[in-house]
Amino acid sequence: MKTMINILSSALLIAVGYLSPARGAENILILATTTSTYDTGLLDVLLPPFESQCKCKVKVIAVGTGQALRTARDGSADVVLVHDRAAEDEFVADGFGVKRYDVMFSDFVLVGPLDDPAKISGTKDVMGAFGTISRSGALFASRADESGTHKKELAIWKKVGLTPTGPSYLQVGSGMAATLRVASEKGAYCLTDRGTWLAHKKELTNLAVAVEKDPILINYYSVIAVSPEKHPDVNVGAAKKFIKFLTGSQGQRIIRNFGKDKYSEALFFPNAGRN
Amino acid sequence: MMEFIFSPELLEIIILSLWVSGAGTLFASILGIALGSIIALTEFRWKRLVLAFLNTWMALPAVVIGLLVYLLLKRSGPMGALGLLYSPGGMIIAQAILATPILAVLTTSALQEKGRRIIDTAHSLGAGWIMTCMTVVREARFAVITAVLTGFSRVIGETGMTMMVGGNIKGFTRVMTTTIALETMKGNFEIGITLGIVLVIVALIINLAIQLVRRVQA
Repeated sequence: MKTMINILSSALLIAVGYLSPARGAENILILATTTSTYDTGLLDVLLPPFESQCKCKVKVIAVGTGQALRTARDGSADVVLVHDRAAEDEFVADGFGVKRYDVMFSDFVLVGPLDDPAKISGTKDVMGAFGTISRSGALFASRADESGTHKKELAIWKKVGLTPTGPSYLQVGSGMAATLRVASEKGAYCLTDRGTWLAHKKELTNLAVAVEKDPILINYYSVIAVSPEKHPDVNVGAAKKFIKFLTGSQGQRIIRNFGKDKYSEALFFPNAGRN
Repeated sequence: MMEFIFSPELLEIIILSLWVSGAGTLFASILGIALGSIIALTEFRWKRLVLAFLNTWMALPAVVIGLLVYLLLKRSGPMGALGLLYSPGGMIIAQAILATPILAVLTTSALQEKGRRIIDTAHSLGAGWIMTCMTVVREARFAVITAVLTGFSRVIGETGMTMMVGGNIKGFTRVMTTTIALETMKGNFEIGITLGIVLVIVALIINLAIQLVRRVQA
């Protein structure tokens, strides 16, 4: 009986040992980031050179900015790459993030159905366009998932002084690509990041760009390391190296050149250390 | 969070879940029980092949069914003119397709157990074919009800397919499982867990009902 217990307990110990790889045995960096950096393929070109330099492995959790920051608050990530200034500042102010670093920016575009029911296509003023859409009663598809893109959309509605409600405001509650599909099917306007729009343009046969290049539509990304004071287990060393790489000359060059071959235009513009 | 838990919005989500999954299960039941009865009670040449087909269909991941229904219902698809994509109607179709093989397979095995004996008795009493079928289904009703409840609990817990076909539009196609997925995405894990508990309660009620049906039967 006693030997049985001994065998069982050692078997259990071995099993537990396998299930929980000790940190440090392998240098793993967990990055919580928004879907836009992952879905566009930016991380696929950014991570391999970093991994070989830092001699570590990056595990990517690609979710909305809201969940990325929540994951980091729970101590389940080492570093975040997100785009929602207000939430980022709160994250740092609450002591969960060490410091916010600018990395790059991209821009949003307002897309809409080909028949353009609100007659806003080609205008340059996105606030005016939001107002016109709302007054015309045309459909508007919102991600409604507290992602960075959704927060941006809400900020524009707030600036216009309108609270979108009612049946013409479709609160989709899904990722960007899924929301664009709803917009295309239902003939609705939709605020999207340029990367996801370009990546899915082909299948969205009912949509076209309505308003773009308004300065309001610029979308800033930042990188923040999770504070070891809140979560002593985080991989601070690798997180610091990641920030240095992203904001350094090599990372910034990769960002500048990304997408030119695939989408025939750059998707992200590096801006580390500028503001 | 408390405001959400006691809000009419959450109640609407729960009611829509029950309605969509109830209607989906109803259509699946009509189709599945009819199919199951035919397979169990009649002899035909391709029976094994049909059963193999139904079992394969049952093993198909729900997202694949979601994708097929999406392609069927999208605007440029063959049934696009109906405008069923991103509507409760589309979700009901997808859920019915998901539950039909479950109903058919479970009905088949339920009727095969009792079928032959009852058929022989009914025949000896001079009953016609339809009368015989109805007698068998009535005799095996508890097993059939169990099949229906199993189908219902399968579809009400379905997420990926329902998200794909319904679109998770607030106040229109948002159900319990897609709300959980969304709230998790937003980082509101508490609301996700609360809705998870509601789903567990629904599942518990269904399983208690199944047990009760079995008790009555015994």
